[in-house]
Amino acid sequence: MSTDKTVTAPVDTELRSDPPVTDRLMRADQDRSGIKGAVHTDLHHDSAIKHVTGRAEYCDDIAEPAGTLHAYLGLSTRAHARIRDLDLEAVRSAPGVVGVLTAKDIPGVNDVSPTGLNDEPVLADGKVEFWGQPIFAVIAETRDAARRAAKRASVSYEDLPHVLEPDAAREADMPYVTPPLTLKRGEAVSAMENAAHRIKGRMRVGGQDHLYLEGHIAFAIPGEDEDVIVHSSTQHPSEAQHMVAHVLGVPSNAVTVNVRRMGGGFGGKETQMNLFCAVAAVAAKKWNRAVKIRPDRDDDMSATGKRHDFVIDYEVGFDDTGRIQAVTGEFAARCGFSADLSGPVTDRALFHADNAYYYPDVLLNSHPMKTNTVSNTAFRGFGGPQGVIAAERIMEEIAYHRGVDSLEIRKRNFYGEDGRDVTPYHQTVEDNIAPRIVSELEQSADYQARRQAVLDWNAKGGIVRKGIALTPVKFGISFTATWYNQAGALLHIYSDGSIHLNHGGTEMGQGLNTKVAQVVADELQVDIDKIKITKTTTEKVPNTSATAASSGSDLNGMAARDAAIQIKDRLTAFAAERWQTEAAKVRFVANAVQIGDETVPFADFIREAYMARVQLSAAGFYKTPKIHWDRATGKGRPFYYFAYGAACSEVSVDTLTGEYRVERTDILHDVGRSLNPVIDKGQVEGAFIQGMGWLTTEELWWDDKGQLRTHAPSTYKIPLASDRPRVFNVALADWSENREQTIKRSKAVGEPPFMLGISVFEALSHAVASVADYSVCPRLDAPATPERVLMAIERLKG
Amino acid sequence: MTHRTEIRFLLNDQTVTLDRVGASDTLLDFLRLERRLTGTKEGCAEGDCGACTVLVGRLQDGAVRYEPVNACIRFLASLDGCHVVSVEYLSGPEGRLHPVQQAMVEHHGSQCGFCTPGFVMSLYALWMENPDPSETEIETALQGNLCRCTGYEPIIRAAKAATALGTPAEDALTRERDSVLRKLEALRDGRRVVISRGDSRCILPASVDDLAEVLVENPKATMVAGATDVGLWVTKFLRDISPVVLLSHLDGLRNLTVGAESIEIGAGVNYTDSRGALTADYPQLGAFWDRIAGWQIRNMGTIGGNVANGSPIGDTPPVLIALGATITLRRGSERRRLPIEDFFIDYGKQDLAEGEFLEAISVPRPTAGAIHAAYKISKRRDEDISSVCAAFNVNVTDGRITEARIAFGGMAATPKRAANAEAALVGAAWSEAALIAAADRLEDDFTPLTDWRASSEYRMQVSKNLFRRFWLESQDSDAARLSA
Repeated sequence: MSTDKTVTAPVDTELRSDPPVTDRLMRADQDRSGIKGAVHTDLHHDSAIKHVTGRAEYCDDIAEPAGTLHAYLGLSTRAHARIRDLDLEAVRSAPGVVGVLTAKDIPGVNDVSPTGLNDEPVLADGKVEFWGQPIFAVIAETRDAARRAAKRASVSYEDLPHVLEPDAAREADMPYVTPPLTLKRGEAVSAMENAAHRIKGRMRVGGQDHLYLEGHIAFAIPGEDEDVIVHSSTQHPSEAQHMVAHVLGVPSNAVTVNVRRMGGGFGGKETQMNLFCAVAAVAAKKWNRAVKIRPDRDDDMSATGKRHDFVIDYEVGFDDTGRIQAVTGEFAARCGFSADLSGPVTDRALFHADNAYYYPDVLLNSHPMKTNTVSNTAFRGFGGPQGVIAAERIMEEIAYHRGVDSLEIRKRNFYGEDGRDVTPYHQTVEDNIAPRIVSELEQSADYQARRQAVLDWNAKGGIVRKGIALTPVKFGISFTATWYNQAGALLHIYSDGSIHLNHGGTEMGQGLNTKVAQVVADELQVDIDKIKITKTTTEKVPNTSATAASSGSDLNGMAARDAAIQIKDRLTAFAAERWQTEAAKVRFVANAVQIGDETVPFADFIREAYMARVQLSAAGFYKTPKIHWDRATGKGRPFYYFAYGAACSEVSVDTLTGEYRVERTDILHDVGRSLNPVIDKGQVEGAFIQGMGWLTTEELWWDDKGQLRTHAPSTYKIPLASDRPRVFNVALADWSENREQTIKRSKAVGEPPFMLGISVFEALSHAVASVADYSVCPRLDAPATPERVLMAIERLKG
Repeated sequence: MTHRTEIRFLLNDQTVTLDRVGASDTLLDFLRLERRLTGTKEGCAEGDCGACTVLVGRLQDGAVRYEPVNACIRFLASLDGCHVVSVEYLSGPEGRLHPVQQAMVEHHGSQCGFCTPGFVMSLYALWMENPDPSETEIETALQGNLCRCTGYEPIIRAAKAATALGTPAEDALTRERDSVLRKLEALRDGRRVVISRGDSRCILPASVDDLAEVLVENPKATMVAGATDVGLWVTKFLRDISPVVLLSHLDGLRNLTVGAESIEIGAGVNYTDSRGALTADYPQLGAFWDRIAGWQIRNMGTIGGNVANGSPIGDTPPVLIALGATITLRRGSERRRLPIEDFFIDYGKQDLAEGEFLEAISVPRPTAGAIHAAYKISKRRDEDISSVCAAFNVNVTDGRITEARIAFGGMAATPKRAANAEAALVGAAWSEAALIAAADRLEDDFTPLTDWRASSEYRMQVSKNLFRRFWLESQDSDAARLSA
């Protein structure tokens, strides 16, 4: 399109004035008695105003330098094949094309495997292992030209057999993409033989696409020497930096990766952005022009990894009361063509296969199966949800077998005292508050009376059936890769008293920057608006860990606090010397420093400190204490602590169509002493809905040729506003305090509430069970689409 | 009169004149790439996520009417004579937030913020139209906006709270309405617009008669009304659709008249505008209509487009077939009418000659003794494409079924009547047994496909079960219904 003949004339602008907003919303004057934005207070997201006005800048909004080029990927249209011939002449000669990149154009190593297994080429070399695998990149003057050119490639394939499903992969003797894990305590096999009752079953659990609203994107700007700056929407700037360096064949110090914010991540941008960063950087260096790459949503969903699908074979032995005696589980995962993060993901599935329950004798094996699908990756919960749902299926099995309410079975199997407190990985559960959380929710949600009402309703035998379930979650906090549990921060106080805060975490909507700024505001006792939150950049804090595993606030909050304390210590020493008093008499009070009887406004005090040549900058650091993990023996303390929660959901199901409605959900969730309760509550609500989506309408569907056919929001259905529970009560357990010395005794919040969505799945199962008078476990597979629900109903009706 | 070779529209507070626009150029690219109005986001480029929501004001019945639409699949040339309002225009000159924006901030309605401008625009449109909406009205207005972070709860709270922060009467778009009206009227000159960029050409006929001429002149042209499907041919399949004949500006296709015998619906009437007339006669279509796509798409997509497109999974054809609708096709000055079911010949093949277009749809008004129902089955309740769509229209006289028209979508290569099931019903007593017996005949009528929306088995099973639901609801409307 062209604007070369654009005439502009103003609309009657005198008619425009500021929109009507009542005066009560005008910014209140600062309260001198306390700081604005202290910890443990509600504070809106630091970018909220920029979000609602459209002024928040995302990667694709950054102004492009003159001559910016655009890259687009050419993707495989086979699930598994040798590339016989790759003819890109028509691509090269397409209008606007500057050049193409193939595997042989990679100057360094053609690999972005995050675990260093060298199993994940940037661009396929000689063979493709999934439908949608990048084979080449075309670079053109515009994104549109690059996209059109990419379609002109002529690729000749020699098809090879492909396997898509994890169970089929096991049967076909496909290899593991990464070594499997065994968790073992006691003698599960003999305990099973001696159990009063035994049930064996299989459950299929679907994967999930992240569907971050902002797709993948990287924007590389070449510099002098070997330098390149990459703006991207990644959760893991350090890894992107190292990968770009690896692919370019240059040291890491030549590469800078910047992230201001992401339009959602959820794990999907932990490793999956590396490839886009690498392609943009290689092209930028090759043509010495800025290069941006942003796939279309369909290509984003086809070419990047998702939550792992699992096929879980379980067996449980239990006594007459429904108390578990032994559990065995085989967890086969659809890992895709490469390892990516499948090792730790499948490990975490096993770590959570107990959920909140004590298994006296247990044997769990992971099977990280290679499949000819996109390499699956991190997604909120990181394998944990797939473990938890297996535990909840086991509870259901026992409940239907014994004819007892599943909540009662859950309670009978909770971790407890007296030898019932050791996990399958030999960590002692020291902070078990699941029974209290569940008991309080049972009361506040009026579970018993409502369950009876559900049973009474269903007894009438109508078309619409109801179901109710109350499920707990216990989630282990820490990266199981122990070295990841470290963080850095950089804090500057400028001579005017304004503060510049940087840390290694990335902002993807979770409010991390707000929380970390609150920590600093609290430590220095300054209003939070004195603190400038800045983009995450590898230039300021090196060797950071991914913002993942719910660890963002725990790690970066502590690192920032450490930086603040260092400066504070220097300032205290300075004040004591300058005012000739003891350090104990120097106090940081609201926006001021009290030295003996004198109170000096913070900015004035800082000016004095500067003049006295006090260093007003500090690099903070933190590493999580106590944790250790020996994967070979399956023993250790991989988690610093656990976060808990519970949800009670009630559903209505149309037994003619399988359609359903979530009528009510009540949640009680533990975030320790919350740094920012309203932001934490937002995490809980959002995670619940996302977890519900995983188990209800979000279905990944591959055709028999291996092409993912649900690859855009038109075909892949995440929850809408109208899918919310009709009544939705969410509360934080305000009495909870982390027994470990975490940042202000808070707990991680990103992932644990995701698993609260399981309550909806279990409630659907309960409604389905009603058609057979609760005599059999419905064994619903996930996601419970209306189709799966109806087919289960038809199966149970017989 | 010579053709005009430029398009003119208002963008926020400016008049824009463009003289080079191609058939595939979208409003979103224009906003982001040409004007750097980057508050409007691309989330999916297929009209499903709503991150690109903007308001488009158009002249209708002598007034300016603003509707939220998806900029990603709105063709730029189709904006001739419209007022485009993007998120950047909401805050006032001194930067104070709009009530809707303020409410979103206060209620923590944004997390990552990427979907937020789109939500703000949908909520703005809702607030202008209905400042104090019910929760259901809010949910219906937000069917076309996806949020992956918040779980929507705070956004709903914000939608309810906005009204306390300001009223539409004080809003800039209300105060400017007369001035915008005059400007839009001044942009209308009654001329055909032919605009191109390189070889890519767009034609905006001056009138319906002119459209008939344009199509005779350009029989291979791509007709585009709401662009809710053709938009994806461009954004997803990169198809060259030039020359394109744009229809959304044609008042002559937007007539909607309720006569004694029938409701006459111009082919360009959108889903939103057709709802009132149809649900007045057929109240049970209300809930069905609200499940067609999302609000933005209902404002863009037309009934004519839904029919002419010929998709086996369009939502309106089964309903229109069951109701006994007829369509008017026109080529030049020649018109022909045919029962709508005869229009659908096979997958991708309709009874439409080159140069011919669908001008109007005629829906008979209900007769005494008729029992109607329309059902949509989809993986997700709202804003989803049907796995199965079913419409029933049964006439019962003295307890006997005298006529049955039952049509399905998603069960065959075209929207299609269940002839065997219908035959089983005609003459039978109006009873559950008759309906269940008829349902079994669906096996003779259809062999549905398995795809990502549903398996063949589910499609058949649920279709059969809908006969039972039809019976149960005719006895007690709440018997088999989930809460709204």
